[in-house]
Amino acid sequence: MLDKNGIARRIAKELEDGYFVNLGIGIPTLVANYIPEGIEVEFQSENGVLGMGPFPFEGEEDADIINAGKQTITTMPGASFFDSATSFNMIRGQHVDLTILGAMEVAENGDIANWKIPGKMVKGMGGAMDLVASAENIIVAMMHTNRAGASKLLTRCSLPLTGVNCVKKVVTNLAVLEVTEDGFKLLERAPGVSVEEIKNATEGKLIVGDNVPEMILD
Amino acid sequence: MIRKTVNGVEEATKGIKDNMTFMLGGFGLCGIPENAIAELVRKNINGLTCISNNAGVDDFGLGLLLQQKQIKKMVSSYVGENDEFERQMLSGELEVELIPQGTLAERCRAAQGGFPAFYTPAGYGTEVAEGKETREFNGKMYILEKAFKADFAFVKAWKGDEAGNLIFKGTARNFNPCMCGAAKITVAEVEELVPAGTLDPDQVHIPGIFVQRIFQGKNYEKRIEQRTVRKR
Repeated sequence: MLDKNGIARRIAKELEDGYFVNLGIGIPTLVANYIPEGIEVEFQSENGVLGMGPFPFEGEEDADIINAGKQTITTMPGASFFDSATSFNMIRGQHVDLTILGAMEVAENGDIANWKIPGKMVKGMGGAMDLVASAENIIVAMMHTNRAGASKLLTRCSLPLTGVNCVKKVVTNLAVLEVTEDGFKLLERAPGVSVEEIKNATEGKLIVGDNVPEMILD
Repeated sequence: MIRKTVNGVEEATKGIKDNMTFMLGGFGLCGIPENAIAELVRKNINGLTCISNNAGVDDFGLGLLLQQKQIKKMVSSYVGENDEFERQMLSGELEVELIPQGTLAERCRAAQGGFPAFYTPAGYGTEVAEGKETREFNGKMYILEKAFKADFAFVKAWKGDEAGNLIFKGTARNFNPCMCGAAKITVAEVEELVPAGTLDPDQVHIPGIFVQRIFQGKNYEKRIEQRTVRKR
């Protein structure tokens, strides 16, 4: 079974040279720590920066340079700043190659719910609805089950939707799954996790081939 | 040269009244019009509709207006960092319209550019699309979103000149350029106001035609919401 960093490490293997990538808050942010050697990617943050770098050294924080999580950041050589409308042109216009974000629920048809729980304080969707409605390639990073142990990979989402038919791949603490027309196709098992365990933790339709390999992380 | 300079924030906010609709630039606390917000608090005008990506924190930004219950309605994409906001929203005192961030930016820019509405895929198939016109283009579904209408836009830039030309810094740019010229009157506050002819026209981000009033702000706090650093 993977921890949050393990999920991020596995997702980082999906990065390709030349990709522009938007990382959501939470596990997706950790992906930046595991960029495979020998490839160049640029991170976009929807508040208006392309070419995001690591956190600044202590004492070098600049209130005018933050990411979408409102954290102080730095920029890489070749970076640029722009306004919010331009930022979402990059997203809506599919210039950003890959979006990685968290979710509360994903359905077997690719629907995603990650912004609202009825009866609880609603904080808002931020840029998530624009991202999922537009991105060509969306990978969800999340735990396979919620705190109560219930599956987050469902036949249909029960929570209010963020977007429809949009998720391409899901990487959880248990597995890598591809969203296909027929349901969740099990691609890989996390180290030490059996197909049976994944079946038990998946409420939506799961397609299991004859031989499901274990993930290779390095 | 058409001069846009006014004598400070009091003159810049002349004409603001109860029940108006304001646009306010900023992302979190980054690039917010601190001087204009302080003046709205001081003048204690009420019943405001505020179009702003976020709603500040409890004791800064739009949180200061919320403390005095001056805001009737917030139009935002994310409002998660403010306890007083949460209390007023749950008690029904505060009306909240949550809209996707890219849609928020584009509804500002549509107002700036004279478009009454536009189609976007954001929110299709979700509650955001309820009651809105939808249409298919090239096999994909879109929803019709309308340009905002606002009385004043309050924006913050790094540098500006007497002609109202603006230059922004870093990610403090965010929604500010999109809101310039998107309301009946745009008020720009800048950290440094320079004489006309000082800024290189090639480096201007927003031409002065989109700005009606400009002044040099005072005492910028530029508070950091999430101070994240790494060790040397």
